[in-house]
Order: sequence, then structure tokens, then C-alpha cells
Amino acid sequence: MSTTAPKRASNLFVGSPIERLEDLRFLTGRGQYVDDLAVENMLHAAILRSSVAHGRILSIDSSAARARRGVHAVITAADIGTVPTIPLRHDPTPAIRRFEQPVIADGKVRYVGEPIAVVIAESAALAEDALEAIAVDIEALRVVADREFARKDDIILFETVGTNVPDTITAVRGKADDAAFNSAPYRRREHFSVQRHAAVPMEPRGLLAEWDDANARITVRGACKVPFTNRRALAQMMNLPEASVRMVEYDVGGGFGARGEFYPEDFLIPFAARLLGRPVKWTEDRRENLTALNHARDMECDLEIACARDGALIALRAHACTDIGAYVRTNGATAARNIAQVLAGPYRIPHVRVDVSLVITNKTPVGTYRGPGRFESDFCRERLFDMAAADLGVDRVEFRRRNLIREADMPYPLPKVQVLDIESECDSGDYQITLDRCLAEFKWAERAKLNGKLIDGRHHGIAVGCYLEGGGTGPRENVRLAVEADGSISLFVGSSSVGQGVETVFAQIAADALEVPMERINRVLHGSTDYVAQGFGSFSSRSIVMGGNAIGDAAQKLRTLIREAAAKRLQCQASDIVIDRGMAVGPAPARAAIALKEFAGLCADGTFASAKRTYSYGAHAAYVAVDAKTGHVELIDYVAVEDVGRIVNPLTLHGQCIGAVVQGLGGAFLEHFIYDENGQLLTGSFADYLMPTASDFPQIRAVALEDKPSPLNPMGAKGAGEGGIIPVGGVVANAVAAALGSLGVEPRDLPLSPPRLWQMIQAARATCAAR
Amino acid sequence: MPVKFEVNGKRVEVEVEPRLTLADCLRHKLRLTGTHVGCEHGVCGACTVLVDGAAVRSCLMLAVQAEGAKVVTVEGLSRDEGLTPLQASFRKHHALQCGFCTPGMITTAHALLSEEPNCDADRVREVLSGNLCRCTGYISIVEAVLDARTAYRRRGGGNGA
Amino acid sequence: MKLPPFDYACPTSVSEVVALLAAHDGEAKPLAGGQSLVPMLAFRVALPSLLVDLRKVAELRHIKITNEGIALGAMVRWREILDDARLRTAHPLLIAAVAHVAHYQIRNRGTVGGSMAHADPAAELPGIAVTCEAKIAVTGKAGARVIAAADFFQGPLTTALQSDEIITEIRLPLWPAKRRFGFQEFARRRGDFAMAAAALFYDEDGGKARNAHIGAIGVADRPLRLKAAEDAINGTSIDEAVIAKAEAAASASVDPADDIHASGAYRKALIGVMVERALRDAAGLKTT
Ligand SMILES: Cc1cc2nc3c(=O)[nH]c(=O)nc-3n(C[C@H](O)[C@H](O)[C@H](O)COP(=O)(O)OP(=O)(O)OC[C@H]3O[C@@H](n4cnc5c(N)ncnc54)[C@H](O)[C@@H]3O)c2cc1C
Ligand code: FES
Ligand code: FES
Repeated sequence: MSTTAPKRASNLFVGSPIERLEDLRFLTGRGQYVDDLAVENMLHAAILRSSVAHGRILSIDSSAARARRGVHAVITAADIGTVPTIPLRHDPTPAIRRFEQPVIADGKVRYVGEPIAVVIAESAALAEDALEAIAVDIEALRVVADREFARKDDIILFETVGTNVPDTITAVRGKADDAAFNSAPYRRREHFSVQRHAAVPMEPRGLLAEWDDANARITVRGACKVPFTNRRALAQMMNLPEASVRMVEYDVGGGFGARGEFYPEDFLIPFAARLLGRPVKWTEDRRENLTALNHARDMECDLEIACARDGALIALRAHACTDIGAYVRTNGATAARNIAQVLAGPYRIPHVRVDVSLVITNKTPVGTYRGPGRFESDFCRERLFDMAAADLGVDRVEFRRRNLIREADMPYPLPKVQVLDIESECDSGDYQITLDRCLAEFKWAERAKLNGKLIDGRHHGIAVGCYLEGGGTGPRENVRLAVEADGSISLFVGSSSVGQGVETVFAQIAADALEVPMERINRVLHGSTDYVAQGFGSFSSRSIVMGGNAIGDAAQKLRTLIREAAAKRLQCQASDIVIDRGMAVGPAPARAAIALKEFAGLCADGTFASAKRTYSYGAHAAYVAVDAKTGHVELIDYVAVEDVGRIVNPLTLHGQCIGAVVQGLGGAFLEHFIYDENGQLLTGSFADYLMPTASDFPQIRAVALEDKPSPLNPMGAKGAGEGGIIPVGGVVANAVAAALGSLGVEPRDLPLSPPRLWQMIQAARATCAAR
Repeated sequence: MPVKFEVNGKRVEVEVEPRLTLADCLRHKLRLTGTHVGCEHGVCGACTVLVDGAAVRSCLMLAVQAEGAKVVTVEGLSRDEGLTPLQASFRKHHALQCGFCTPGMITTAHALLSEEPNCDADRVREVLSGNLCRCTGYISIVEAVLDARTAYRRRGGGNGA
Repeated sequence: MKLPPFDYACPTSVSEVVALLAAHDGEAKPLAGGQSLVPMLAFRVALPSLLVDLRKVAELRHIKITNEGIALGAMVRWREILDDARLRTAHPLLIAAVAHVAHYQIRNRGTVGGSMAHADPAAELPGIAVTCEAKIAVTGKAGARVIAAADFFQGPLTTALQSDEIITEIRLPLWPAKRRFGFQEFARRRGDFAMAAAALFYDEDGGKARNAHIGAIGVADRPLRLKAAEDAINGTSIDEAVIAKAEAAASASVDPADDIHASGAYRKALIGVMVERALRDAAGLKTT
């Protein structure tokens, strides 16, 4: 692959803040989300979920429910026969695979919210009414409610496996052994934790499955993220050829990593549709969503660093433990793997060893949530860096500057993930630039004067932190470009939309690549399995890198086809033809022009494959004021600077960044899935699971740079979209620590809720007083 | 039981169970699916519609309670072609990503600007705090609403749509 | 989260409402703004057989300001209180408190009667009612009666109302023009129920505070008056020392339980801070 394509004069759209095409339908109420669908003869599903966190199912009596008016079926494990488990999509080590989730509780229940039965009825309300008529007798077992107890293996969730610890993932760079630490002039070790919280997109999930008996085909509407992978999984579970499974994507109300993975319902609803021979629709309600959709984060980490007196890092080692809930879901190990890989962050640390254990408990299983593992890692690392810098008397900014990976070090290897055998390296970048820019935007020097000061009764503090964002994950993406009868271009792509604006961004890329006006790209069709032979979806900030470059490839081919066809007509060489403003133009002096519609029917398939990941990076800074009497933190200012290699649409990129920062702030201050010792979720409504609102964090600024394109793809693009969330927890916790420096308050656990901060302040005061 | 009301200027009569919420009635009986349902327990604001001019959560109102009322949904605040000034401002400021919260934001902002075309940023934030958005981080939404104020002032409030 | 099945009635008078409630023997519930009841139905924690909608009962909609005080009909909505310019002077403490209630859309529907009957320990209006010694007028099968706010709230979501009774009116005593007051609330996010809030007022006599009323919200199973804090300021001229005393007295007089959102110890301290800050507002003293 060559390096960055030079900017052509005709490169009008990529890089411009183009208003989105999608907006026209969303703003007028014409978006089409899966629950908006209704078809003839449609039945509705409701799911009976376990109210017990751990137990053995002794009996299920659904006769009364079946007898109710409007009820068509009640499906339990017994009706399914051999209950399939949901295959892992990522990192399927044999050890981890033993913990896959059955599509319906099969003999045992292992978390509150686990599906036990499905009612199919005339309406959603009747189905829900019937749930109460199902009698389930469960022998309650002792609940494994936390990591610590789980690790003792006193109570085992999977008796046949014999342990609650599916696996430990290790990543290594150099030799972070006792020798390295013992010989270091300075070392510090601390324990950190990040609470369980989750993606919680605004649109709950939904599915509409239709069985076509004549052709033995199933159509599943409401797919997203990875429809092709899910098609394969469903085909296998339903014993159908892949070609008999059709996945159709509609508008999607947010994904953030959680939505679109294969969940139990992704089998149960199609299964019900086939069983009954009628279309079945299921719309997840918010109450079930909060126990059914993947949770995330939930980790603790024992982290140690060693450095020289001037702050130069020598070694980092850690034992982390992620509570992955009751089963390993499709990507349940991804966060753990990422922690192992990126705990060391964008820093040159010669010796690194990180061990991350996955632990099973009686809670909702986890999966990825924007910046999986990275948000957690950054919190721990950046916190410890500030503690170390203070110990050493080294300025916090200087500490980072000294240790950041330098441009000359590129490509710089990340610690190698053993077992999974994942090697990766930072592709390009100058991390000092984003740090400097962040400090400048933030007015660091000026604000440093307020740091630690008590002003009008509140403690003021600032902090800055750096991060890496891995993206552009392979293996491949496919695209088809076709010339339509009216001369417009249709674009079919395997990437999915989860509300991030792919239609506009892809149209921009295609218009530039074909050198046609953007309105010529009349349709961007994505996500559904009908459009391209094989697609790979939207995860891990990959859409632009993979899909975008595949468009480039398809466009190249389509242009060749158009030039050849035009040359034939004009009786000249294909190389004499130029494509200009949607016309194929022949050689001088005649310069005969042929409209694109004359080439209707031409189409080209493009692909982009990459085994290497891109790494965008950046720095964030925060300014907070802490009310020590209430524990309330006001975020006075927040600045995010990132370099994403290539900016396709500054408007949407900016939106992604701000949105991600606010999600990160939710995770840092507000959001928390709290369980009691019986494994009951106590924050199971939007009244208790607190997400940020419009008035919580009004001042956030974001700057995006494209100074250092990726050498790994022609566009020079890197993943973007997750970066904004990654450093947030660490940066705001450091700002709070800086504000409360006079009291010696050092937050080690998220979220920074007012009661918790207040408690820490009280404790710190008590310690001071005791001295 | 039968219920008669006006939706987006049209008189409708629907047969509903008393337990049917106005949100579900609009979406599933009247097929006005622009009104979204994000929580069904009154917190997210996605279901906001105007009832007799006031922004309300349609998941917390029964369809039978709409008897005789004038209901306006996001569809009713839209034109056949193009965007209203409020919608255009949302687009310009990139105040939406997945679009799921958007109808509730538009209906709420419309009610606010119709009543208070001179509201300040704090007031906009305060009012929008009843509408959750998971994508945008809100800053662009607040800017979009502030920017749309001029359109409502020009029209003397009331019909910036 | 579809609502469970129920019947629906929409009568036009209090007597019809009461007759319907009485006929259903505890199985019927009044429906006011629906902003608390409908979520409870959605979670199926309330399963009434009949909802009696109060929206057409015209006799419940008044806001009356007389020289006895203020009378709010049970169906007066939050929005109407905030929009009523007269109330800003007739009862500024009420306005200050209602400004913290829920969100814009909810305030367009939620009613004062519904809030009182729902009796959430962290709700603002019940706190104002207790602080201001409001009277609650109710009507049932056995006729009308008036209940003092202090006796009305009996625990979380529990009141002195009989199942056939409805609230018709909330009566707040006359508010002298020169009364000093403060309202301070701490909630996790805008519009959330209070973690703790303090409502207070006092009158001044020759530079000394008297007739102090201090109410606490969100720190017990119902709203409370904090007598010890009131005693700390009555007869004093409010200064830093008095404020500190009142803060300490407020904290000392409550014993909140731990819950998922906060420890009891936190709320205990927090109510002191809220009283301190409300008192500063009332006295016009700056935060230190
Ligand atoms: C997201 C959200 C946030 C909220 N935040 C707050 C907040 O910060 N502070 C706050 O105070 N409230 C808050 N609320 C509640 C809101 O203020 C409600 O409006 C209020 O509590 C109930 O009033 P309602 O008219 O809606 O009553 P309804 O929901 O209709 O009824 C509530 C209960 O009262 C009974 N009832 C109603 N009227 C009468 C009557 N006249 N006589 C006897 N019984 C009656 C009903 O049967 C029911 O049991 C919030 C609600 C939501 C959804
Ligand atoms: S759906 Fe009505 S407020 Fe969420
Ligand atoms: S745009 Fe997705 S929730 Fe607001």
C-alpha cells in the first residue's frame, strides 16, 4: 500500500463539514427504526426473565399462560430441544468457550434477566400479561455476587467446568520482572477499580422475524453492527444454509459496541417465527434492556510502575480482573484483552507485563462498550502517573512528555498478547503535538495558577492525560458501486450504521473518489446481508478505515470501467478519458463528453484488507471545582484533542468526540449498575441508572488534527469515534485529586459520586486531624 | 373504548384499550412512528409530543386522556419538502447522530421557543435536561436551539415550524 | 413495559369520583397528572382495577389567594404554579421549591394533589407543606375533612388518606411580605428527586429571627420539621455562629438510612449543609 494519497483538486467533499444526508429523515420523523415496522399477521413476543440470580430450574408450568386469550405459544428450553449456545465472535480460546451462553436458560439460571421463556401473543401487552401466568419453580443457589467470592471457587456457576475463572490474558513487552522493579530507583503500586456500567443506547433493541415456509428462508429485520457474522451464527443454530438467512438493517438508535451482537433473542425470535409460521416482533423494553444488553467495564487493577528519579518509566506490571458476569458473550473477553494490550498506553515503557483474569459472577454478562478496556486502563494508569509525578517532584505534564512514544520510535510495538498471539504496533504519530495543542487550547499555564486553590468555597483543580485509540480492525470490507439508469451512483457496503453517519461520510468518500458531485451518490445501502457478498460490520472504529478504503478501491475500478467504455465509443485510448463533474470527457480538441447515465449498469466491487490496526491518539484536559461539603464536582472546562490521520467530515467527527466525552463523563461521575448481595440489580430504571443530561456538562471543546496520516491505508485514515471516551475517567479523576491535593484525597475508584467523594474527604480530614 | 382527538390538524377516532398509552396509540394505531419510545417510564423524553400546545411525555398519558385534545407530533412540525428553521438548525449544528432522541428534542424545543423565544442557554439546558441523548453530548443540541430562536422571534413566537 | 389492564372513568365532580372509589373498595385509584402513577403501572407495581381520571373535575383546578393564605386545587399543575405571577410574591418559598420539581414536560402534567398523595419522601411539595404547616382538604365517602400536613405523611408513599378519599385542596397559611426564606436542594442531576433539601423561613422582629420553620426533605421516610435547628435561630440575629449552630443541629436531628444512592452519614451531613446554605440565602449572607 502506498502512503497518503495527495489531496487532489477535486477532493471537495472529504474534509468538508458536509451536513448529513440522514438528518433529513431523522428530523422530520421519517426515520425507520425496527419497532416502527408492522407487517400483516404479526405476532408479538415477550420474554420471561429470571428474577433469581443463581438457581436450578425445577419446573416450568406454562399451561395457564398458554390458555390465556390471545396467546399463541410459550417457548421454553424443552421446546427447543438441544439448546444452542452463542458462539464467541472474538478471542475464542478453548478455555473461554466453555462459558458460552445458552440461548435460553437450560436447567440453571445464572443472572437476573436471563431468558427462561418466550410468550408469543396477539399484542405486546397480552404477551406481557401472560408472563405472570407462567409458574417457574427455582431452587435458589448461593449467589456469587462479586469477584472476590467468585475467585474462591466455593460456589461454582458451571459445575462441569469447575472454576469461575475462564481464563487469564497476558500481554508482555520486555521483561517486567522482580529484577526490573527491585533495581528501579522509584516504584509505586496502587489498586484501582472501575464500576460496572454500559452502553445503554437510547433505542432499545428490536427484531422482526419472518419465516418463508415455501422457500425455507428466514428474514430478520433489526440487524446491525455485524449482520454477516450473526447470519452465520443463526444459520448454524437453525440448521439452515447461510443463504437462507437474510438480515436487514434499519435505522439504529445508537450502538456503542453493545447493540448488534448476537444475543439470546436473536435466536429466540426467529425460532418462534419458524415455529408458528407467522411474523414475530419483539421490542425490548427499558427494564429488560438494563439487564439484557451487555454490561461493561467492571474491573479492578493492581498496578505497579517503576521509574527513574527524573520520571522516565522503566517498567509497568499489573494484575487486573474483570467481572464478566454469568457467561462469556460474543465479545466478552475483548475488554480484558484490550486492558492487557493498552494498559501501558502511548508511553515508552520498556518492560511491561499485564495479566487480566476474567471472572464469572451472577450478573448480566458483559461485552464491549465504546473504548472497551481502554477507558478502564487509562483511568488506572493516568491516576498512578499523577501520584508518581507528585512523589518524584516531577511536573505532571513533564512526566508525560518525557515518556510519550516519539515519532522516531514508530512503528512502536504494543505488548504482545500471549495465547491469543496478538501483536500490534502504533503505526504513526507525534504524540507531543496533540499534548501541546491540548495544553494550549486549555490555557494550561494560566490555569495552573488556580490548581489546588480554594476559591469561593470550592477546590479548583486541573489535569491532562494522553491516550491511544486502536481502530481500523480488519480483516476486510467489501463495497460495490453501481451506475444507475439516471446516472446516479449507488453504493453498497458491508459496514453497518449505528447512528454514526456512515451514509454521509461514505457518500463524501465515493463522490471524491469518482470525481462526481455528491448528490450523484444517491443511495448508500449498508449493513444488510443482501447488498454485498460478505461484510464485516461496524465495530472497533473500523467503518471509515475499512469501508472508506474499500470505496476507494471500488471507485478506482469503476472509473477504469467507465473510461474503457467511453474510449470504445469515442474510439480513443482509455487513458485519454478524464472523468469530470460526472461526465466522461474525451481527448482534445473535441473533448466530447458522455453523461454517466450512458454507462448505466456498470458496477465494480472493491475491497480493502488489512491485518494491521491504526492508532489514533490524543490528549484531554479537565478543569474542575469540587464542593467539599457536598462532594459535587463541577466540570468547568474540558478540552479534547485528537489526531485521526484523515478527517473525512469535521462536523460528524466533532460530534463523535463530544458525544464520547460526555459518555465518558457519565461513566466517571454518574452511571453505575449496583447489585446487592443476592445478585439483584438495584439501579434497573432510568430513574436510578443516571446518564448525563443537557445540564450536567455544558462546557466541552474538541479539536481534531490530521497531521500524521496512517501509512497503512491509502486514505491515511485511522479509527475515530472511540477516542473521546478513553481518557475521560483518568483525566477528571486526576483533576479532582489535584483540586483536593491539600487534603490528600486520591480517588482510586470510579464513579466519583458525590457521596463517595464526600466520604473520601471526610476520611482525609480525619487522617489529617489524627496526625 | 373509542377516543376522538386531533393529530397534526387531522381529526382521528380510534378504538383503544384504556391501558394504551398515547405514545403507543400514535405509533401503532395511527402509524405516526416519528414519536419514539425510549423508556416507557417517563425519564428519557423521546416520546415528547405537544398536547394542546404543551410538551408532554406521551408514554405517561393514556390515549383515552387525549379525548378532545389537539396533539402535535414531530410529523406535524415538519414540512413535506425541506426543513423548518428549527430542523435546519439541528442539521447545521449536527445536533443529532442516531436520530432516536431527535423527535423528542424537536417537539420540546419547539414548545420552549414558541413560549420563550428569548430564552438563554441555561434555560435551554434546563428544559432539555428532561430529554436524554446518548450520542451527541448535548452541546450541539443546545447550540441548535439557541440558533433557532431568531426564527421564532420573527414569527412572533408560536409557529417557528 | 405495557400497562396492566384496568378500566377507566372520567367523572366531572368530586362526589362522583368518591362514589367510584368507594364502589371499588380500594381497587380503584385516582389519576391526576399520571407522572408517578403511570410509571408505577408500567413497572406493574400498581395494579388498580379502575383509574378515575380527575382531569374533568373543574372544582379541583383553582389557585386562590386570600388574606387567609393560598389554596391550591388538587389538580393544579406545576406549570401553573410557576406561571402564576401572583404566587411569586404570595409564596416565594413555594415557587423556589417547585422550580426544582422534575422536568419541563413533567411539570406540564404533574399536579400538587398527585404529589401530596404519592408522598415521595424526597419530593419538594410535601416538604413545603410540612414546613409551612399546610392543611390538606380531603373528601371521601364519609364527607370532607382537613388534615394537618404533619399528620398527613406517614411514611414512604403512605398518607393518612383512606382509599375512598381524594385530596381536594392544599392550603398554605398567609405569607407575610417581609418574611425571610431560603430553599436549597442537592440532587444528582437537574430534575432528579432530592438527595436532600432544606426549606426554611423566619420572620424578623427588631433584627432578631422568630417563628423559624425549617423543613428537611429526603432524609427520612417523610418530610420533617427540624425543631432543634429552628430553636438555634429563634431569637438570634443570624450570623456565622448561628448558622454553624443551625447546621449542626439540623444534622444532629436526623438519622437517615443508607440506600443505593448514598450512605445515611452523607445525607445527615448534607442536610446540615442545605440548611446552612438556605439560611445564608434567607439572611443574605455570602458563602464562605
Ligand atoms: C422523571 C421524573 C422526575 C420527577 N422528579 C420529581 C421531583 O424532582 N420532585 C417531585 O416532587 N416529583 C417529581 N416527579 C413526580 C412528579 O412531580 C409527579 O407529577 C407527582 O409526584 C405526582 O403527580 P401526578 O399529578 O402526576 O400524580 P399521579 O401520577 O396521577 O398520581 C400519583 C398518586 O397520587 C394519587 N392521586 C393523584 N391525585 C390525587 C388526589 N387528588 N387525591 C388522592 N390521590 C391522588 C394517584 O392515585 C397515585 O397514587 C418526577 C416524575 C418523573 C417521571
Ligand atoms: S418513553 Fe416517554 S419518557 Fe421515555
Ligand atoms: S442522537 Fe442518538 S440519542 Fe440523541
